[in-house]
Amino acid sequence: MTQPLTIAGQTFHSRLFTGTGKFASASLMEKALLASGSELVTVALKRVDLQQQADDLLQHLNHPQFQLLPNTSGVRTAKEAVYAAQLAREALETNWIKLEIHPDPRYLMPDPVETLQAATELVKLGFVVLPYIHADPVLCKRLEEVGTAAVMPLGSPIGSNKGLRTADFLEIIIAQSNVPVVVDAGIGTPSHAALAMEMGADAVLVNTALAVAKDPVKMAAAFKAGVEAGRMAYEAGLAPTSSHAIASSPLVAFLDEE
Amino acid sequence: MFKDIFEQYQWEEVKATIYSKTAADVEQALHKQRRTLDDFAALISPAAAAYLQPMAEISHQRTLQRFGNTMQLYIPMYLSNECQNICTYCGFSLDNKIRRKTLSPAEILQETAVIKEMGYDHVLLVTGEAHQLVGLDYFKKTLQLLRPHFSHISMEVQPMDETDYAALIPLGLHAVLVYQETYHQEDYKKHHPKGRKSSFQYRLETPDRLGRAGIHKMGLGVLIGLEDWRTDSFFTALHLQYLEKKYWQTRYSISFPRLRPFSGGLQPKVEMNDRELVQLICAYRLFNQEVELSMSTRERESFRDHIIRLGITSMSAGSRTNPGGYAADRQSLEQFEISDERSAAAIAAMLKQSGYEPVWKDWDQVLG
Repeated sequence: MTQPLTIAGQTFHSRLFTGTGKFASASLMEKALLASGSELVTVALKRVDLQQQADDLLQHLNHPQFQLLPNTSGVRTAKEAVYAAQLAREALETNWIKLEIHPDPRYLMPDPVETLQAATELVKLGFVVLPYIHADPVLCKRLEEVGTAAVMPLGSPIGSNKGLRTADFLEIIIAQSNVPVVVDAGIGTPSHAALAMEMGADAVLVNTALAVAKDPVKMAAAFKAGVEAGRMAYEAGLAPTSSHAIASSPLVAFLDEE
Repeated sequence: MFKDIFEQYQWEEVKATIYSKTAADVEQALHKQRRTLDDFAALISPAAAAYLQPMAEISHQRTLQRFGNTMQLYIPMYLSNECQNICTYCGFSLDNKIRRKTLSPAEILQETAVIKEMGYDHVLLVTGEAHQLVGLDYFKKTLQLLRPHFSHISMEVQPMDETDYAALIPLGLHAVLVYQETYHQEDYKKHHPKGRKSSFQYRLETPDRLGRAGIHKMGLGVLIGLEDWRTDSFFTALHLQYLEKKYWQTRYSISFPRLRPFSGGLQPKVEMNDRELVQLICAYRLFNQEVELSMSTRERESFRDHIIRLGITSMSAGSRTNPGGYAADRQSLEQFEISDERSAAAIAAMLKQSGYEPVWKDWDQVLG
């Protein structure tokens, strides 16, 4: 129904990416993620036992439609992030990495300096890097220049469910980006997700809003519908909105006189 | 340094402020999105007792939003009950005639095997304070021994110098718990008449030393029952607020140990009932959405079953409070009585039944 999304040569039919934290159980997480139609699922390295084949969380993500996107949550520096990414690549057999460096454990605000540095190194090491960052248009361009496969600016503080508080900056980022823009963090309702898609975001990443809902499976289906509706509207071309009436005697009417 | 802020406050003035809070103050605090220390004072005041239900609802919602339907699990491993301090409330006090025991490397591994079998991946190492026998070298060796076995290692031992912490962190030390016991400076001296612990100042400055050393997480708290818990909790929150702003890369947790009986020990000077403990836990959550709130096995089964929804984010289970208590030397004397004796598996089942995912692993040694 909608155009597929390609990141680093990989095609996704669902533009709803999902997280795996905060669910009441691993089996509930699995059901919700299946209902979401998501094809890219991020997993915190710190939550999985890389030594253990039968890790509970990973077992529940073992479906052909889920591509795993390990994330570096917990690291505070570029150096730690690079090390963690290398371990994830080895253990989970994927060179995709969601780069998250938030040295501030309270608001989990991403560190732009360390993120750019780590992204530079990880790209050189052959990783497909998806960096989680503030909605900073200049940083997005800098990351694109060092070769990240996408950028993941935040909509509002992570876990806040406050929606697209950074909308003005997201619009700039979307307008000038040459790589896919994935709005990550703060998306609390399907209408937030739809709005991001209508704005032209390439995908959204949602976790808390699903995990903490009363019925995560139903909420996952609601987000699926929201993302699809928003994307479809974007592709259909939204009718322009205007708060002004159109003047009946246009200022340029004199050009036609004579 | 926190000392500079601490000295601007007088215990009796703080206490009077808390006790003079009115219902209107509490209602105002309840309706805010971001609450100040003064709001916290209202929420721990006697006037807030009538607002337990709305406090609990907000605390539940805020905790759920931040931490999800999860509960972290950890277990203490007591390494030694040797202690050079006299503390009026503690079973390990120097003047208590008990058999002293410090675990050898082989015994530590015996304990580890049992703990790992229970499913644990996060461990809290606990000792008394005996610098010769259980000092920096002992901790270094123990961390080296345990690092391959656990994803996350915390310590609750004597306060140390900044350089000591800086030496231990690269060996796998992630969190340090250091409770002030009480912020009442005069009474602190009465409860700690002998040993290095009698220095109030050195203890008070420990979180600053930890922060400068770059610790990932630190735990704060007071021993509830020594002094007026409301005033002590205000100072804990003051300390927390200072630390969060100064050492902004560190995570924080708060514990609420209520004085428990041990053989021949101190009776609580100030009792705190269950309603008041719930009030305090909720007040912390309303004050700070991100702080981890921890609950040990000091509390009773039914209380623990209910408290999981009200703001707590980590719990211990199946704990022993004596060195060797899991395998190596089960008969040695415990620090305090355990109230909830259920196994880790039973607690995990209870959590699942209540709609919470028990989290055994939420860190990794690879993360630095």
